[in-house]
Amino acid sequence: MRIIKFLLSLLATAGVIYIFHTRSVLPAPLGKLLSPQEGIWQNAEPVNASYSDEFRFPQLSGKTDVYLDERLVPHVFAENENDAYFVQGYLHARLRLWQMEFQTFAAAGRLSEILGARAISYDRHQRRMGMVYGAEQMQKAMEADSLVKAGIDAYSAGVNAYINSIQQAELPVEYKLLGYQPEKWTNLKTALFIKAMTNDLAGFDRDFECTEILEALGEEKFRMLFPEVPDSLSPIIPKGTAFSMSAQPGAMPASADSLYFNRTDGSGIDNEFKPDPANGSNNWALSGTRTRSGSPILCNDPHLRLSLPAIWFEMQLHTPAFNAYGVSFPGIPGIVIGFNDHIAYGFTNSGRDVRDYYEITFRDESRREYRFEGSWRPATLRVETIRVKDSADFLDTVAYTLHGPVIYDRARNHEMQPGKAYALRWVAHDEANVMKMWYLLNRAKNYADYLAAIKYFNVPGQNMIFASKKGDIALWQQASFPLRWKDQGLFLMPGDDSSYLWKGFIPQADNPHVLNPAEGYIGSANQRPVDSTYPYFIPGSYDVYRGIILNRRLASMENAGPAEMKALQNDNYNVFAEYARPILLRYVVEQKLDAQEKEYLKLVRNWNLYNNADEKAITCFVNWWDSLQAVVFSDDLFSRPRPLIRPDRFVMLEALLRDSAWLFIDDTRTPEKENLYEMVTRALKKASVELKARESEGRLAWGAYKNTTIYHLLRTGAIPFARSGINNGGGTHVLNATTHDHGPSWRMVVHLTAETEAYVVYPGGQSGNPGSRYYDNFIDTWAKGEYYRAWIMKPGESSDNRVKWRMTFKP
Amino acid sequence: MKPITAALLIALLSFSLGLYLPWWTVAVAGGLVALVLKLRPVAAFLAGFIAVFVLWAGLALVRSSSNDHILAKRMSEFILKNDNPWMLILLTALIGGLVTGLGALTGSFLRNWQNATRA
Repeated sequence: MRIIKFLLSLLATAGVIYIFHTRSVLPAPLGKLLSPQEGIWQNAEPVNASYSDEFRFPQLSGKTDVYLDERLVPHVFAENENDAYFVQGYLHARLRLWQMEFQTFAAAGRLSEILGARAISYDRHQRRMGMVYGAEQMQKAMEADSLVKAGIDAYSAGVNAYINSIQQAELPVEYKLLGYQPEKWTNLKTALFIKAMTNDLAGFDRDFECTEILEALGEEKFRMLFPEVPDSLSPIIPKGTAFSMSAQPGAMPASADSLYFNRTDGSGIDNEFKPDPANGSNNWALSGTRTRSGSPILCNDPHLRLSLPAIWFEMQLHTPAFNAYGVSFPGIPGIVIGFNDHIAYGFTNSGRDVRDYYEITFRDESRREYRFEGSWRPATLRVETIRVKDSADFLDTVAYTLHGPVIYDRARNHEMQPGKAYALRWVAHDEANVMKMWYLLNRAKNYADYLAAIKYFNVPGQNMIFASKKGDIALWQQASFPLRWKDQGLFLMPGDDSSYLWKGFIPQADNPHVLNPAEGYIGSANQRPVDSTYPYFIPGSYDVYRGIILNRRLASMENAGPAEMKALQNDNYNVFAEYARPILLRYVVEQKLDAQEKEYLKLVRNWNLYNNADEKAITCFVNWWDSLQAVVFSDDLFSRPRPLIRPDRFVMLEALLRDSAWLFIDDTRTPEKENLYEMVTRALKKASVELKARESEGRLAWGAYKNTTIYHLLRTGAIPFARSGINNGGGTHVLNATTHDHGPSWRMVVHLTAETEAYVVYPGGQSGNPGSRYYDNFIDTWAKGEYYRAWIMKPGESSDNRVKWRMTFKP
Repeated sequence: MKPITAALLIALLSFSLGLYLPWWTVAVAGGLVALVLKLRPVAAFLAGFIAVFVLWAGLALVRSSSNDHILAKRMSEFILKNDNPWMLILLTALIGGLVTGLGALTGSFLRNWQNATRA
């Protein structure tokens, strides 16, 4: 009998341990997770924790001192550059390890290893898009350059030095929650990180969707909905600039009329997993002619999906070769956006299209051969193994053609027609030593150095702004841009005809650029860079309105200083509404509105056009205009069996400004012919449904309505790690481009006086640990539109009371 | 007195094992002490439960207060859908106490069985 009691008790003990140790019964291993010596309690960082420490690593050649200030910004003083990159890798890992790993796993299509089978279709898309292939190409290029190789090797070694040093209990919380271990860092992961950013910025395309519209509505209507150059364009490069043209694109193929512009067979593809088209930014530079001090000022605020841990990590790198300050990406060495003792630089997304699709005809289901120029060519088959947590490996065979990987075919989309497939030609697959640009920019001293640096950068297209203490300001839109005949690449192209290939790339010297314009300012806000006098065909996805308001404000700057620049980055003026509101007010039929709808109309009418947080009118305006788009386009585009995408916002606005009897206004499903009065009134009534619902919740004010939220990288899976309810203004088409979960991920104002004066902020914190007080401590400052003065530490200042902690690295 | 000594020993042993070994060794600590100190089953369970209930509550409390409960509030939201740090500390203590109590109980029954077979 006694033995039975013992065995039952043993079983109960083992059973309870099993329940609390594994994920088989409970969703999390609560015993392991809540053990004070092993679990998340170890990540509860004391608020007065010290970061001071001493390290010895044989990979170092000299001594490096790291001084951390009260914002946990490291000021790294190294005796040589590679030691600096090693220490940077160590610090990135120390504070942001999980983020670095997770982002590169995502880029590599390996999320299924962490999250299980639900991530398979995402991972498959990453592989098919050639992300790993592109990263391998980039790694080859980086490692062929001995200077860059030494830098990335040192960086990887620093990351690994940290990973090798930590105990289980010190792992970041996310590893404990998801139940996995960190891996060794490699140069391939550094390349994968760059590819991930490339995809975020140059991975958006509409080729499939535009082809469907072309097939459904015909060429004439397509042109009305997707015009090349908006009427109200305020380009980056001043109008009247002369452009050089040193290369000719190929001739439009004779078959284009039938095979390209007059297609009738649908692809049936739903192009999913797209990056956010709002990934854009603002940057500008004022020359000394417009500033109070006579020194130039450079500003940049990149707009990305806001996240915790923040995408950026602020730091200073001081070595014999350079003294650079700014933000870095955990995942790559160097200062990505920032300044040094001589110059400042920043980036906005160009929005230019560097991706095209080619239709492939395979010889048979094996996909071993495809047709090109009348004969069968062999395809390279690459087997992608997707490891899946708690499940069998998922295998996907991807065919590579001369264009690139076949992203869609019947092996993946079983409903496709036999024999049809689509290959992706993407500049991101080409070998290029992109890291060299940052290597050289961090060391650059003048315009010539900047120009030499940016030539290494092939993708994504960026508007690279520059200013120097010598007084120069400049901007180049830089990448390897495909040399296209007019309209090439808007739609899917035949993949068996060499006359549809890109003839090459636009010569670098012909890229849009400007140096020291007479106007005394340069700014970019993702608008089309040039007007229609530019000789090349440059399709892309551009914003219109932020460019207008930016150029308008810069043109009025006299005796400006950092204060005016900060105000400009936080400017909430809605220039889109300036153009659009008159249409709404003119065509609404007030007699048809009920009392509540009249209230909303009154709000819009009395609005001062600023997207401030407490303003209710903006919520009314945005919903009213979007409803107008919906009612106008619903018959033509949205209510079809296969819904078609909506055109850019400027299209309907400019069309209605030109012609109040625009042909799309009429609802073709009804026998009557609707006019603009009816549609505008109908739109307000439609919008009022939403507005009433929000008002009853107390969420009609703009800040409450948009509920700006900074999600953790695990998004809805980690709401307790997010920060929501941020009550600030801003919005789409506004310089302060803050929406629900997207906006200025970094704000930087650099005044290039002899002693650089810089103001900075980002919505996050230096630590990636949700248990640290440094996880999200900058958010309130950012939300209020305030900044921190960057401390550009000097070598002799180690006893300054701004130094809170000191880390020493020795060989 | 013996149960109190037992509880203190279990707490000490659990803590020491926990410095190098996985969390569930608290059950081993409970079992070992119950075996060696010849505790009767109910006393064993209580000693084990209280020892690690208090140990884990104490450790968690110390870590959490010095952290201003930043992480506890977030993790409590995750696990208990309620951002109360004290609930999380209580849950921590309950789990630790339960596992150790069961381990101690098992140790006590083992001693009983061994005695019976020897007698």
